[in-house]
Amino acid sequence: MAQGQKKAAKKTAWECVKLARDAKRPHVRDFIAGVCSDFEELHGDRLVNDDRAMVAGFGTIDGMHVLVLGHNKGATVEENVESNFGMVNPDGYRKAMRLAKLAERFHNPVVTFVDTPGAYPGREAEERGQAEAIAKSLEFFAGLRTPIVVVVTGEGGSGGALAIAVGDRVLMMENAVYSVISPEGCAGILWRDGAKAPEAAEALKITAHDLQGLGAIDEIVKEPAGGAQKNPKAACAAVKKAVVKALRELVKVPVDELVERRYAKIRAYGDFY
Amino acid sequence: MGWFEPKAEKPKIPPTKALWAVCPKCKSHFSKEEWKKSGGICPKCNYHGRLSARERIAQVADEGTFEEVFREVSYSDHLKFHDATGDYKTKVEATIAKLGERESVVMGRCEISGHKAMLGVMDFAFMGGSLGTGTGERIARACEQAIAERRPLVVFSASGGARMHEGILSLMQMAKTSAAIGRLKDAGLPYISVLTDPTTGGVSASYAMLGDINITEPRALIGFAGRRVIENTIRQKLPADFQSAEYLEKHGFIDRIVERRDMKPFIAKMLTYWGF
Repeated sequence: MAQGQKKAAKKTAWECVKLARDAKRPHVRDFIAGVCSDFEELHGDRLVNDDRAMVAGFGTIDGMHVLVLGHNKGATVEENVESNFGMVNPDGYRKAMRLAKLAERFHNPVVTFVDTPGAYPGREAEERGQAEAIAKSLEFFAGLRTPIVVVVTGEGGSGGALAIAVGDRVLMMENAVYSVISPEGCAGILWRDGAKAPEAAEALKITAHDLQGLGAIDEIVKEPAGGAQKNPKAACAAVKKAVVKALRELVKVPVDELVERRYAKIRAYGDFY
Repeated sequence: MGWFEPKAEKPKIPPTKALWAVCPKCKSHFSKEEWKKSGGICPKCNYHGRLSARERIAQVADEGTFEEVFREVSYSDHLKFHDATGDYKTKVEATIAKLGERESVVMGRCEISGHKAMLGVMDFAFMGGSLGTGTGERIARACEQAIAERRPLVVFSASGGARMHEGILSLMQMAKTSAAIGRLKDAGLPYISVLTDPTTGGVSASYAMLGDINITEPRALIGFAGRRVIENTIRQKLPADFQSAEYLEKHGFIDRIVERRDMKPFIAKMLTYWGF
C-alpha cells in the first residue's frame, strides 16, 4: 500500500444497517432541499386523510419539473411520532399514486427517496387495505408512462419500500440497506434469536454492493467518508448529480419504449431470462 | 343385574393426531372420518381447511382438462443462503423430493365448467407457500401465456409471504408479478384472485390483492402484517375476527366470500358475465 493511502475496509452488512438507521443521517426533506431548487408539497389521498409518513409534491431538479415522493422518518421526535418513523399507511401510498397520475398526465418524471423500516403494521392500516395499497402501487408504477428514478437513501424496508421503488433507474446510497425482511425479523424466525440480526443481515445480502451484484439496483451513489451523516451537503450533492444524470438520459427515451424497457427490467429480476 | 355393578371405566384416550382432527379456528374435535367427509371444512364453525394444490385443482378444473405448464421453473439460490439450521438449497431440495412439486405455485391450462383459463394454485405445504423467484417466474409466465392464448387467469393464493432465503430477489417478485398482471388487464383479460387461508405478507401485497375480483372462503386469514407484530406496535388487543375473510369483506376489501362447494360455479358465472 502506498504511503498515506488508506485501504477502505469493506463494511459489514450490520455496519451499513447502523449507518442507514442513524438518526443523524439526511432524510427526505434534506434531500429535497439539497436536490430541488424549489418544491411545493401537496397533501391528501382524497379518501380519508393525509399520511405524514409520505412526502409528496412537485418541484424542480436542475431545471426539470418533477414529482417527488419519499418516506418521511421525520427530523424531530414530534415528527417521528406524527410520521410513524416513516412507516407508511395505505393512505400514503394512495396519495403517491394520486399525484403520480398527475405527473404522468403532465409528463413530469417521478423521483422517489426510499427510507423506511417498512409499511406501518397497524390496525387501521389493515382495515384500510395495506396489502391492497402496496399491491396497487406496484402495478401502478410498473406501468406509469413517465420516467421514474428511485434513490434508496436509508432503509429499504421490504414491501413498504418497494411500493415507491419500482422505476427505470434504481440508485442506492453506498451505506443504505434494502431487504425483504428486517435482519431482526429474519433472525427471529430463522435463527430463533433476534440477537443474531448481524448474521441474518450478512446472509440476506442487503448492502448496496450485494444488491448491485444481484441485479436488484442499477447504481451505487458514493457517500462521504464515515457516511452521509458526516457531510450531508456533500451527500446531497452526490445524490443530485446521480439523479440529474439519470433523468437527463430517461427523458430522451420515447415513453412507449421507456415502459417496455421498464417491464423487461422488472421481468428479469431473479434472472430467468 | 346391572345398576350396582361397577361401571367398567372407559380408558381415557387423550386426543392424538392419529385419532382426531382439530379445527385450527374453533379448536373443536372431530374424528378423522368426519373431517374427511366434510371435505376439510369444519362442521361447527365452517372454517375452510387448507387444500394441497393438486386437491384444489381437482375441485376447480374440469376433469381431464388440467395441463401443467412451467414445471421446469424452480427455485434459485443466488444468495447461497444459509441460516442456523443449514443451507437453503438443501431445505428446498428436500421439500421438492417430499412433495413432488418444484415450486410453491402449480400453473396450468384448464377448463372451468367449459371456460378456458390459466389456473394457478399455491401450495402452503411448499415452504409455507412462500414467494420465491421460481414462484414469481411461473406467475409472470402464466400472465404472458394467458395474453398469448386469450385466457382469463385464476390464481388461488396461500402464503406466509415472501421467501426470505432468496432475499431481495423474492421482494422483486412482488413487482414482477404485479407488473405482469397489469399487462394482462391492459390486454382486456380478467384476473380472478382467490385468497385462501392463509394469504399474508408479500403475496397479499402483490398479486393476491390485484384481482379484478378478490374472493375468498369463509374464515380465511388474510392480511399484511402478522397479528402479534401489530399488537406489539399499537399495544392494543385486536378483535378476534381481525384479518378474517368476514372482517375484510366488512371493510371493503373482499368482493365475495364463497363456500367451497360454490367456488367453481361462481368462477364460471363471473367468466360468463365478462364474456369469457
